Amino acid sequence: MSALAGLLALVLHLALLIVVAPLLTGLVRRLKARMVGRSGPPVTQAWRDLSRLLRKQPVVAEGTSWLFRAAPLVSLAASLAACALVPSFALGMATAGLSDLLVIAGLLALSRAVTALAAMDTGTAFGGIGASREMAFSTFAEPALLLVVFTLALLAGTTNLDAIVTLIGSGALGLRVSLALALAGLSAVAIAETGRVPIDNPATHLELTMVHEAMVLEYSGRYLALIELAASLRLLLWMSLLAVVFAPFGIAQSAQSTLLWLPAMAAWLVKILVLAVALAGFEATRAKMRVFRVPEFLGVALLLGLLAAIFLFVSQGFAQGLM
Amino acid sequence: MTGIALPALATLAALLLALGPLVAFAGPRIGGTGTLLLCLVGALVDLGFLLGGAAPQVLAVPIGLPGQATLLALDGISGFFALLLLLAGAAAALASLEDHGPPSPTAPALPVFLGAMAITLLAGDAFALVAGFELMSFASFVLVLTHHRDAAVRSAGLLYFGMAAIGAVSLITALALLSGHGAGFAAMRAMPPEGWRASVILFAVLIGAGSKAGLAPLHVWLPPAHAAAPSHVSALMSGAMTKVALYVLVRIVFDLCGPAQPLWWGLPLLAMGIASAVIGALRANLETDIKSILACSTVENVGLVAIGLGLGFAARAADLTALAGLAIGGALLHAMAHGLFKSLLFLCAGAIQHGAGSRLLSRLGGVIGRMPYTAGGMLLGAACLAGLPPGAGFAGEWMLFQSVISAVRLGGLGLQIVICLLAAALALATAMAASAAVRLVGVTLLGRPRSAEAAAAHEAGPPTRWAILGLGGLVLLIGLVPGGVIGLAEPALHALANAGMTERAGLLLVTPQDKVAGYAPLGIAVLLVLATLVILAVLRARAVAGHRNGPAWDCGFGAAPEWLPNGDPLTQYGGGSFAQPLRRVLGSALLGATAHVDMPEPGDTRPAVFAEQAQDPANAFLFGPAAALRARLSGFADQMQFLTVRQSLTVIFVALVAFLGLIAVLEQL
Repeated sequence: MSALAGLLALVLHLALLIVVAPLLTGLVRRLKARMVGRSGPPVTQAWRDLSRLLRKQPVVAEGTSWLFRAAPLVSLAASLAACALVPSFALGMATAGLSDLLVIAGLLALSRAVTALAAMDTGTAFGGIGASREMAFSTFAEPALLLVVFTLALLAGTTNLDAIVTLIGSGALGLRVSLALALAGLSAVAIAETGRVPIDNPATHLELTMVHEAMVLEYSGRYLALIELAASLRLLLWMSLLAVVFAPFGIAQSAQSTLLWLPAMAAWLVKILVLAVALAGFEATRAKMRVFRVPEFLGVALLLGLLAAIFLFVSQGFAQGLM
Repeated sequence: MTGIALPALATLAALLLALGPLVAFAGPRIGGTGTLLLCLVGALVDLGFLLGGAAPQVLAVPIGLPGQATLLALDGISGFFALLLLLAGAAAALASLEDHGPPSPTAPALPVFLGAMAITLLAGDAFALVAGFELMSFASFVLVLTHHRDAAVRSAGLLYFGMAAIGAVSLITALALLSGHGAGFAAMRAMPPEGWRASVILFAVLIGAGSKAGLAPLHVWLPPAHAAAPSHVSALMSGAMTKVALYVLVRIVFDLCGPAQPLWWGLPLLAMGIASAVIGALRANLETDIKSILACSTVENVGLVAIGLGLGFAARAADLTALAGLAIGGALLHAMAHGLFKSLLFLCAGAIQHGAGSRLLSRLGGVIGRMPYTAGGMLLGAACLAGLPPGAGFAGEWMLFQSVISAVRLGGLGLQIVICLLAAALALATAMAASAAVRLVGVTLLGRPRSAEAAAAHEAGPPTRWAILGLGGLVLLIGLVPGGVIGLAEPALHALANAGMTERAGLLLVTPQDKVAGYAPLGIAVLLVLATLVILAVLRARAVAGHRNGPAWDCGFGAAPEWLPNGDPLTQYGGGSFAQPLRRVLGSALLGATAHVDMPEPGDTRPAVFAEQAQDPANAFLFGPAAALRARLSGFADQMQFLTVRQSLTVIFVALVAFLGLIAVLEQL
């Protein structure tokens, strides 16, 4: 029975994520527009764009290989697989045993690498510059991310996300300085990985400032639809990750009945909504930074991750000293 | 079956050595085929030995030093490394059958190289170990000089020879210090070294085997030598020879020096490993020759293996055997995976060099359509290089990271902070490796051709294609079932760490500790396949099928003109431009990288020149000063030949008096 419930939770989780992801992108755009005094597109615009793109026949740049056409598929598949590993409303999904934080990072890296390769395949300067900057940013983001994973793994004794959320949700850890520092570090990494302001501007029209958009410049039709959906899913995945790790209240435990799933979904939606408002507010008040300032921004994230781990060592050292 | 494994493998090694002279008379095709068959048979025998429990065997052979039998031995450790050697050897031998015009004069050295590596692995005493190791150095030196008419090849060969000589001096010193009570391994184990002798042995082995493995700061010979050698030889050197050197290191430091050495013995290994990983990965982003890129990435991966070994040693000394098993298991898994996927990548690089006419990133591009097998192999290898799940590279790196996390139990706050920095550096190295892999594939295989030869590239012949297919299959298998490789390493783990991974590494799942969740590559692969199928089904149901071709949009730039069908190659991002962000941010700090732009004034017809420079810190801080010191000393000695007769006689007289005085003093003591 529990295996069946786990499978059902997984299917519901993925359906929920796929429905919500474009809405979230639309919502952030709308909120941002309102904050800077424009009316903005409706929240459902991202969904309408997707269905419009599916109806258009794509134009493929001459001289590109099969990899250019396969990349959106692989990128979306990797993003979906990563989404299946990050719980939203229920723990103990069918994929709970697989949901390792390093694997999630690896799947996101797979999605990124494939997109960068497709950008190189177009043979244009824009594709190359986008790929080069995306890979460089990830080089600076990855150490900060892994230090946060390191801290969480030290607290929970495992890198399994499901187990980490269960432990933090049980309240056994209490409030910790380390967790606050890890939250700040992970938020900075999330901004870099999802290509938001101030690292990258998802709504830019100036070619020279683009990173992610420069990589996918040559895509159209259903290929672009897959890419856009993957980008929306990654944004939702990072928000969901921040929400379940650092605000694990309201999430349905594995042993609990399926009746609790509905309030848990509502709680999750509220958390995502709060994060969306925060993101829109942050983006509306910030300007994009120069490319070579990004390492400094991510260096701060790295320091936060390092501090999180060191605070943990010190507090545990004290605890051992008292005993 | 298991009882005959050592005699069978020893015979195969002897046959490989004998094949060398035979090739000189019978031709390279006989040599390649014979080597391939011997390696395949050996791999099967070795696999049987490992699956049969790998009970240690010893064999005395009546050749070698006068009056003494040479001892050969086979156990789980040497059996594991021998499997890697024989698989990589089979692939290299198959690729060597490729027809590249007149037969190479160095072809006889290939079976000798393989045989020497096999002897090193099968050695049961100091004599056989040194003989095998030095023959391996010499045979690979000959193979590096295959294209000796090229000055760059000669200087790479000279550098390699110098490093091999330093390594030999150190290794022989270490083994001599160990053989106080007999040269056999059993005698050495019975009397483990203590005190200053033990420390000298540790550092001599780190220099002797570490220089051959390519551990920083002794890695400087590796990128030029691996780039200079023919590709199937580079594949063997990167895939197998660095691992044989690591085996020698493991054998002496972990096994022969006994289990009672202190915890700090792991730290030099750890430091060298992390330096190699970061410098290798960064240099892989800056090199412009595809084989140099692969060689630098070998330095990085050897560093990762050394990190695992260092952590494992420290954990074993601290009696954390479960952690030691995890760290050493991760190191062995990564050694096997890297040995095979790096061989694959070097064979692909060789196919590109022959098919597209260049190894330089600035002359390649867009060969994916014309070289499907090579491109497939390179994509697979690069995915492993980048550490992407569920590839073969990810599993080992996952285990290494897990052991780094668990390693905080090793010591106090100071060590914990060091381990924390180690985790960040490990992440930096793997992320840079991913960037290097994207750069390698993106510039070499994708985009528009940067030269006429690349535009007319042709696929490699059947031997290389089969080698690529075989290695690719093995690499896929390791990626999906890393537990199988750890199972093969189980006897080695029991010997090295006193703890196995049987309970923690199944075919489906690898876990860091008992009863916690782990890494399940097959599950991840199933998720990816299911996601792909669902997306395809939705697209089929809802999206418009087919596509049109058109010129790239490129933000409104026009299509390429008729007379330049591939566009101007310079408008495309290349290797140098791709590396620019990392070069500016990390390269300037770690490698002292500088870029110089000479831009002429408008109206001036002088070409614009962009020049970049980077220097390896090992060259800047270790080998550069050492070479300067040597030059000063030889300049000083050089003055002696310009002395007048009277001055010469004075020098001789003073020297004579000084020696007599010394003898007189020594007589008194």
